Amino acid sequence: MGMEFLLLIHGAEEAWERATDEQRRQTYAEYEEFGAALARAGVKVTGGAELAASGSAAIVRGRGPGAVVTDGPFTEAREQFGGFYAIDVDSRAEAVEWAKRLPAEIVEVRGTVQP
Amino acid sequence: MRFVILLYGDEVAEAALPKEQLQEIVRQHGALGTKLAADGKMINGEGLLPSETATTLRDGVVSDGPYAESREQLGGLYIVDCVDLDEALDIARQVPPSPGLVVEVRPAMS
Amino acid sequence: MGRAAAAAVERAHRDHWARLLALLTGQFRSLELAEESLAEAYASALATWAERGVPDLPAAWLLTAARNRATDVLRREAVLARKLPLLVVPDAGGEPPTDIPDERLRLLFTCCHPALAVESRVALTLRCVAGLTTPEVARAFLVSEPTMAARITRAKKKIAQAGIPYRVPTAAELPTRLAGVLTVLYLVFTEGYAATAGEVPIRHDLAAEAIRLARVLVALLPGEPEPAALLALMLLQHSRRDARLDAGGRLVLLPDQDRERWYAGEIAEGAALVRRAAGLRGGAPPGPYLLQAAIAGEHAVAARAADTDWAAIARLYAELDAVTGSPVVRLNRAVAVAEHAGPAAGLDLLAGLDAALPRYHLLPAVRADLLRQLGRVAEAAADYRRALDLAGTDAERAFLTARLAELPPPEPGDQRRVVPGERGVDRR
Repeated sequence: MGMEFLLLIHGAEEAWERATDEQRRQTYAEYEEFGAALARAGVKVTGGAELAASGSAAIVRGRGPGAVVTDGPFTEAREQFGGFYAIDVDSRAEAVEWAKRLPAEIVEVRGTVQP
Repeated sequence: MRFVILLYGDEVAEAALPKEQLQEIVRQHGALGTKLAADGKMINGEGLLPSETATTLRDGVVSDGPYAESREQLGGLYIVDCVDLDEALDIARQVPPSPGLVVEVRPAMS
Repeated sequence: MGRAAAAAVERAHRDHWARLLALLTGQFRSLELAEESLAEAYASALATWAERGVPDLPAAWLLTAARNRATDVLRREAVLARKLPLLVVPDAGGEPPTDIPDERLRLLFTCCHPALAVESRVALTLRCVAGLTTPEVARAFLVSEPTMAARITRAKKKIAQAGIPYRVPTAAELPTRLAGVLTVLYLVFTEGYAATAGEVPIRHDLAAEAIRLARVLVALLPGEPEPAALLALMLLQHSRRDARLDAGGRLVLLPDQDRERWYAGEIAEGAALVRRAAGLRGGAPPGPYLLQAAIAGEHAVAARAADTDWAAIARLYAELDAVTGSPVVRLNRAVAVAEHAGPAAGLDLLAGLDAALPRYHLLPAVRADLLRQLGRVAEAAADYRRALDLAGTDAERAFLTARLAELPPPEPGDQRRVVPGERGVDRR
């Protein structure tokens, strides 16, 4: 019935680091409101996570014991991947509408592979 | 601790693989997911449709395609529950090989 | 009373700081908290020992003081209530511990975790395992103190944030993780042995620090061949330190060095360690440090430059090349092969290396020397100039300038004349 989409959130970490406690509280409040809105609309949330900052990343290349671990992140882009929501909706258009309500600079909406 | 394991890869090269190889990769991911679930470490796993199917919002403006125009794109992710980074890295090393695969491991905020 | 106390505190810092830091880190799971508590403990020791005398067991006193401080901090942060079951907090009135276990190995592996950027690993290792102060580490890498302080702070934050655990790797993890530690230690040594920037090409204090750390590692992992091999390599290279610069501060090449000025004791110790490492590896193929140490050993045992067994060295480099695939190794192999089989053979091995080593001055320097031996003067001059552009220290630049000046003027149309019987070397 539903289609699963991931809302992939990207943003400039610099801005977050420089934000005041009050600004961060505000942003978290907006995300909480987003979650509440999803619940009110009866949208099923199938997953999600907030990622620690890109400085905490480790990279793995290769497989098994020969794999090489280095420090991350993978991309040097200004806007880093910060987290995502996985939601179950009727259409891509609906997923995009929800994406618009996120307090984020960039949101990439992607469908998932269904088993 | 929760960790997010991000799978970046070369979609173009992957799409060019023979069907049996693609199916084998999918099968191996399934096996990994089953093993992680049995070990009590699996929280979630998602395979993403190719980036060309993406829709991107930049400050409210909608456009087709992914946000980053790069060869390597996010192809999937796992969320796992581990004791520490070393355990998460161990899992990352078990991700099935695919063209251009680079795995990024980052803690998830609780 | 005050002077005796100050001296005792300083001694306690030299003797115990690194081990106490490691222990506290293991207990409180926070490098930052451990370091702050330990600093406060030492500070309070200055006052208290002056007043009440130096305790019989300074390390035990400091450990108790640091633990109490750390516990207070955690209590203040109201985290203690949740963490209490996981902490082993000693009774305030209990006996001070007399046996302080050596947790440095654990801290060393943590500081060298591959998820940390290499420069962070080096900085953390020097600060937290070697016990150098932040200004000392900053000087070692020719950056400002605030820059180094920020780098160390970021690295500690990453350990906490990324979930890097405080533990010695398992047997399965050990080979890869040990390689990472050895890389860091050798980086510190090579920076001391052949400094990449600045006026002074050799930094004995850094090289000595690396050797000291390598000794700790060998003592903590006595059954592992590569730590012993790395220590051997360092000692063998370090043994030449007084012969590598002439009175004018210019670099003296290996074959021109006064071998009387090499430290025979270090050479003997290095050679013994090579044998020991070779014995420890069992059926496994020799690791990269064992091969490099064996090469250094060949140089060290030659009574005169002319006695050097270049054939053996070329063979060892071929093995090392196969094991590492490193372009720098290939470069060194080319030099050895040139010594053994002539400059043309060496030149062949340099093919294709420019892409891999675009900014490494020794590549054009070596090629220039081989071209010079082959009489290809104009090409040699061009490569010497390229090397000059890339060289980082005054001594290197002076050496290359001298070599350039020594070249005969090129004769037109005579680029490929071979100069028979000439053997030049370019080894340091």
